Amino acid sequence: MPSVVSFPAAHEEALRHKHASPMALRVRHLAYQAGPTPILSGIDLDLTTDALTVLMGPNGAGKSVFLRLIHGLLQPTVGEITWDGQTLTKAIRKQQALVFQKPTLLRRSVRANLQFALGLRSLANRKERLEQALEEASLTDLASRPARVLSGGEQQRLALARALILEPKVLLLDEPTTNLDPASVLMIEQIVRRVRRQGVKVILVTHDQHQAKRLGEEVVFLHKGHVSEHTPATDFFSNPKSDAARAYLGGEILV
Amino acid sequence: MQDFAQSFVLAGTLVLDADPALVQIVGLSLRVTATALLVSALIGLPLGAVLAIARFPGRGILVVLSNALMGLPPVVVGLCVYMMLSNAGPFGVLKLLYTPTAMIIAQSILITPIIIALTRQVIADLNEDYADTFRSMVVPVHTAIATLLWDARFSLMTVLLAGFGRAIAEVGAVMIVGGNINHVTRVMTTAIALETSKGELALALALGMVLLLIALAVNATASLLKSVEGRFAHA
Ligand SMILES: Nc1ncnc2c1ncn2[C@@H]1O[C@H](COP(=O)(O)OP(=O)(O)OP(=O)(O)O)[C@@H](O)[C@H]1O
Ligand SMILES: [Mg+2]
Repeated sequence: MPSVVSFPAAHEEALRHKHASPMALRVRHLAYQAGPTPILSGIDLDLTTDALTVLMGPNGAGKSVFLRLIHGLLQPTVGEITWDGQTLTKAIRKQQALVFQKPTLLRRSVRANLQFALGLRSLANRKERLEQALEEASLTDLASRPARVLSGGEQQRLALARALILEPKVLLLDEPTTNLDPASVLMIEQIVRRVRRQGVKVILVTHDQHQAKRLGEEVVFLHKGHVSEHTPATDFFSNPKSDAARAYLGGEILV
Repeated sequence: MQDFAQSFVLAGTLVLDADPALVQIVGLSLRVTATALLVSALIGLPLGAVLAIARFPGRGILVVLSNALMGLPPVVVGLCVYMMLSNAGPFGVLKLLYTPTAMIIAQSILITPIIIALTRQVIADLNEDYADTFRSMVVPVHTAIATLLWDARFSLMTVLLAGFGRAIAEVGAVMIVGGNINHVTRVMTTAIALETSKGELALALALGMVLLLIALAVNATASLLKSVEGRFAHA
């Protein structure tokens, strides 16, 4: 039985008035099936634009699939996904960026990977953007190295830099710091905080509870393809309501 | 036995002295095959890439077709081109039969399916890697194709070399549509066939050596590309 916790309607209404540029997500009766296997089911979820959402849940819970669905890379078997009331189109997806759990970089240099992204949109000041992106991800010294020979952490940083260079309104991050050293984790968290301040809607998947506490304003907990919890982050960590979340936080193996 | 030995010696001197007849034949061979390769590449690379990433009705049939046509028998290609270009054929007025152009046409037809099929495979493999990222970033199809072709360029050069190797070594098609006319359409393979049948082994052997060298060079280049690619692009 999926329990769904939404923010109060009044709260949402207030947000809609603010309506800067970011996008709010609305998911109704979502189910996704790969062949005969149900992967997600019965998901109803509203994510407002004014909170950084951390998506947690055990391995195989369906977090990555969920991100692909709300980004339009997968089609739901049933249900509806809208961003600001609009169904997913290429135009919507263009305003989003997804950093995959296993990012794919082009077989080109670091710089060329960023240039490729820049070439996709008509943005001004390309050169400055490029240098700034390299700088921010601490990749300036590696700019001419083939992206494929970068270390795992450097690749993740490049993937994030490539995502951000297009200035998305929605940033979907699938375990962006899994392979990173503590300094790089901090660096990426700083970047995430900055884009969050700039009004970007961030949805972050992580298994790192400390990171979730540091960054998360609300937590969506996925378990076995259901949303078993959607609460403000402080509540989630101090008083998880579902058994699954309690077990997950306590380090128990979930079956 | 002694005849053979003599022929070898003579062949060696022909090669080393850059005998004018030999040079002319080798030159024409290279020119015809290089042009055919260019034509095939211009058609085959984009078409192969489109077949690799686009989804449209009839795509499956085209893939099967290009795979099947990889094994086209050269003499059959020669025969078909002959019928098209002969006086009685639809393109007879162009008077192309027994010209290098006819040979270029035949070789292009012969290797275009090879280029298409191998390109499709190479690009499909790379696209498996890139597809999600392209979709996420909303990359237009033409950009995706150009990117895939460029990023797979080392593998694709190997594909082109395979086409080149097949075209330059082929004899049946160029014999039929070129006619092996001295100074006009005589290329290495047809010259070897003719000289051997005449018992003139020296020139045949000399050409054979050159052909072998070209084949070796093509293979060496291909493996060189492989190692360069390995160093350049992959982790
Ligand atoms: N195309 C597919 N076909 C079959 N099963 C799939 C497919 N894609 C995902 N799954 C299954 O769906 C479940 C959810 O996968 P998903 O990648 O979303 O997990 P996750 O929550 O991201 O886990 P992790 O924390 O390990 O990254 C897994 O059991 C996975 O095996
Ligand atoms: Mg995942």
